[in-house]
Amino acid sequence: MSTRFNLFFLATGLLIGQVMWGQHGGQDSHEAPASHNHEEGHDHLEGDGKSGFDPSPFIIHHVADAHDIHLWGEGESAVHIPLPIILYSQEFGLDVFMSSAFHGHGDVKYTEDGKYALSHGHISLAGDGAHDDHADHGHADHGHDASHGHDGGSGVYDFSITKSVFGMLLILTLLVVLFGRAAASYRKNPGQGPKGLANVLEPLVIFVRDDIAVPSLGEKKAAKFLPFLLTVFFFILFANLLGLIPFIGGFNITGTVSITMVMAFFVFLLTTLNGNKHYWGHLFWPPGVPVFVMPIIIPIEIIGMFLKPIVLMIRLTANITAGHIIILSFVSLILIFGESSAVAGYGVGVFSTAFMIFMYCIELLVAFLQAFIFTLLAAIYFGEATHEAHH
Amino acid sequence: MELLTILLEIGQGLAGLGAGAAAIGAGLGVGRIGGSALEAMARQPEMAGDLRTNMIIAAALVEGVALFGAIICLLVALG
Repeated sequence: MSTRFNLFFLATGLLIGQVMWGQHGGQDSHEAPASHNHEEGHDHLEGDGKSGFDPSPFIIHHVADAHDIHLWGEGESAVHIPLPIILYSQEFGLDVFMSSAFHGHGDVKYTEDGKYALSHGHISLAGDGAHDDHADHGHADHGHDASHGHDGGSGVYDFSITKSVFGMLLILTLLVVLFGRAAASYRKNPGQGPKGLANVLEPLVIFVRDDIAVPSLGEKKAAKFLPFLLTVFFFILFANLLGLIPFIGGFNITGTVSITMVMAFFVFLLTTLNGNKHYWGHLFWPPGVPVFVMPIIIPIEIIGMFLKPIVLMIRLTANITAGHIIILSFVSLILIFGESSAVAGYGVGVFSTAFMIFMYCIELLVAFLQAFIFTLLAAIYFGEATHEAHH
Repeated sequence: MELLTILLEIGQGLAGLGAGAAAIGAGLGVGRIGGSALEAMARQPEMAGDLRTNMIIAAALVEGVALFGAIICLLVALG
């Protein structure tokens, strides 16, 4: 048991490696809010009469990653938990400061020394004319181009501990502490029934072993892959559940493409590295298939090899993000109706809250189900890769 | 520019339709899987555990394809 848990810690360490990865990929996902300027500029252009509540920026703000944890309030009265920002640029070198250093009104915020600008979760050098483009929403297309320009060349490399990275570190600490204590309790009283924390965690570990790993991998190989499967299972489960705790800033860790991409990449890597002769044989020359079908079958098999981890990534991301978006849509519904009249707002509020609670319960199920599915499919892919020939 | 604006607006409307179509497909697929699994479980209750696992795998695969559609619609609507 203890070697298994040591391996578990090793795999956890592997996942810490994705902190940097996640942030790096986060750069790309920041393009979504950046390109969003485009749309916002449009609304401003043609619909000045419609100055009310716009649900789509509201939802994007809550689903996207951020440089601080936004607790409540709007504008100046908003309550934030600042997070460290780590930047590297050729002009200023390495810079580390807290996100509370950003000040200002409206969409663009600046540091006090005027070096950096923060706009829609995207940090850029303040001297780049980003200010003009973002402040003047009339030139929506122009702003779009400019924000793209920051990604290449003279930009800033953003290695900040963002909300998602902070959430991941929180979960990893929690996992190490929880499982460390559980493992210690097994070591302390061997041969006895589990107590306390170990008693809570053991059914889940047994579930992953007996219902996921062993049926798809077989008794012997399951032991080899269990550290990875257990780590992935508990990481996804805890990240999903953290995202469902209200009023702490709405973490959306497993709903971020870069994070699920790293996990799917590890699944792909392990599948490919552990693939035996039988696996590669089935991939490049499927037995028992007529030769004239081969030109169709082989490309499909090879595409499928890459498609499997991609679908794994999309499924987790889309499920968790969609759950957040649905709940936020119900909140938006209250605000939209509340704008026309208070009575309508309260009336819709009752139904919206009821539906929100319903969706929340479904999301609790989905949080567990997605962790289960991801681990199960990973185990099945490993099982395919290491399957011995039987004919 | 005017034409582009109009096309973008239409595209965003169609994105909503696309999300709906993806949901219909997924609904049909998952419905069939669930129904068949339930029938099989009623016929052979001793196999219920195995059937449930396989049902969830198949449903997840169908759902994955539908979510591809949903994600593309989301990108069109926000882009």
